[in-house]
Amino acid sequence: MNGNSTLAAHRSQGMKAAQLLFPAYLWLVLAVFLPLSAMVFFSFVTEMPFTGKPWSMTVANYAAFFTTGIYAKLLLSSLRLAFEVTFWCVVLGFPAAYVLAKVLKGRSREAIFLLVILPFWSNGLVRVFSWAMVLRSGGILDTLLNAVLPFKVDIDLIYSYPAVIIGLVHSYVPYIVLTCYLSLQAIDDSVIEAARSLGASRFTVLRRLIIPLSLPGIVAGAVLVFVPVIGSFMEPRILGGRTGTFYGTVIEDQFVAVFNWPLGAALSFILLAVVLFILAAASPVMRRSA
Amino acid sequence: MASVEVRNLSRSFGTFKALDDVSISFEDGGFYALLGPSGSGKTTLLRLIAGFGYPDQGHIAIGGESVERVPLEKRNIGMVFQSYALFPNMNVFDNIAFGLDVRGVPREDAAREVRRALELVQLSELETRRPHQLSGGQRQRVALARAIVINPRVLLLDEPLGALDKALRLDMQVELKRIQREVGITTIFVTHDQEEALTMSDRIGILRAGQLVEEGAPEDIYRRPKTRFAATFLGEANIFEGIWTDGRLRLADGTLLETAPGAGRGATGEPGCCLIRPEQVRIAGENDGGTGNRLEGRITRRLFAGNWTTVFVDYQGKTIRVGQANTDFLKLEDGSKVTLAFSGSNTIPLQS
Repeated sequence: MNGNSTLAAHRSQGMKAAQLLFPAYLWLVLAVFLPLSAMVFFSFVTEMPFTGKPWSMTVANYAAFFTTGIYAKLLLSSLRLAFEVTFWCVVLGFPAAYVLAKVLKGRSREAIFLLVILPFWSNGLVRVFSWAMVLRSGGILDTLLNAVLPFKVDIDLIYSYPAVIIGLVHSYVPYIVLTCYLSLQAIDDSVIEAARSLGASRFTVLRRLIIPLSLPGIVAGAVLVFVPVIGSFMEPRILGGRTGTFYGTVIEDQFVAVFNWPLGAALSFILLAVVLFILAAASPVMRRSA
Repeated sequence: MASVEVRNLSRSFGTFKALDDVSISFEDGGFYALLGPSGSGKTTLLRLIAGFGYPDQGHIAIGGESVERVPLEKRNIGMVFQSYALFPNMNVFDNIAFGLDVRGVPREDAAREVRRALELVQLSELETRRPHQLSGGQRQRVALARAIVINPRVLLLDEPLGALDKALRLDMQVELKRIQREVGITTIFVTHDQEEALTMSDRIGILRAGQLVEEGAPEDIYRRPKTRFAATFLGEANIFEGIWTDGRLRLADGTLLETAPGAGRGATGEPGCCLIRPEQVRIAGENDGGTGNRLEGRITRRLFAGNWTTVFVDYQGKTIRVGQANTDFLKLEDGSKVTLAFSGSNTIPLQS
């Protein structure tokens, strides 16, 4: 009797859980799984189906990556770009997160926080074009500096690698600030005070306590930055110009310019595989720090 | 190990005066309690001695050396926090070794010191545990070992037993006292628990609203407090108010109370108050003549607490507590009339 009723209770609880889970999972299946499977299929065909041209199955799209060498080279430069952007995001974002979590209080913290979040609220395209106006020769930065400085300077960063870095760092630094803020906030102030009272300098406290204790936040933020930056195409294209050819822009080209969807799909899945591989390789570090 | 001298120390936070012209000296090797309600400035005083922030005014000297401009990491002070503040990313051994590490003590020497500290706090078998794997009492011991191992000049404890449950707290009181004796270190200890202050310290300083109200040995402050605040804050107190008349206190009903001589006595005609501790009050028998102060009252309530009985007696609308180890009190009936007797020498005049 009792056993039956607990079983029934379990079952009705399971039903309730299913009812709550169903909408989200239905959406995930429709929005992610179906298009992604379609893409897997496209990556193995010679021509796009439904266009009237004859098509057949092939692995040539994947083979192209390994035979031409140009794609691998672009992927490497995208990886380098992602590493550099992640590095600068951490270098700029961590100190900001520290000040937000440990130095500022009350209203001033809210105000500074708003400035960090603000990029999230503006359209990405608007942000990138604003940078283009700032960085180009005769642009805002250039004009401002020449108005203040006695000698002539010529800032012409647009269509260069640094411009791409600047644009991407600006877009992604809030992720690092937010994740580091959370993990720094969790550090008890008296732990830092205890270390200081034991004779540790500020630098020792940073090296032996603050950084190790906030590592989960740093790693989580770095992953959030690294992954999208590898495949990024908008910032490289608008701020990088001719120098802004990366793996992401090539994929984009296949879809919007060359209309070689099969090749674009294949390149996308190779990128996905590389990202998953990097995350898997980094997972021991992440688990230890978490 | 060293004495600590605090002179005319003041510190404000905004408009709030956390410390207001406090002077107190802590002798070498003594165990001091700073006692007071929250917001009384006791923690501020401790933190200023440690070097967390600087005073607005006044001087702090440790071992005769003026330190008020010395940064905290150079003061060589051991501090134990209420939350213990152990380093969560290090095991017990590394936690304790931290202070030696940053001083550049060679590894073997450091290891020997750490083991000795672990032995002192009786945690030798736990050196590889992480803080989250320890009980509250064990964390407390690690925090203490970590503070002591650097051989500090002064040990500062900020409500170190506040987070422990009652039974453990009593154990740790004894333990802390033993360790302090063994190391012989000057110890200043902040608490709001009056019992803790009484049982553990050689001297007690009572603070209120940023000022040092009274300072002295526990027995002296308990038996012969000078101020009304100290009398009521430390232990239970019956306070009588009246008008001073030739060294005696005239109550509202005209009764004259004999009092012990003391600075609290006012000139004739001045209002004043005096203290009598519950355990100094007797319930006098019917034919018990006796001398000293006698008051007629009516029992309102009796409280049996095992080894102790408290009887509440109503006297002219005022409740007087009478406490005795004597269980005969239980035979008395609520509402019955009794005569309370207490000697004048135990009736302490107070400054309000």
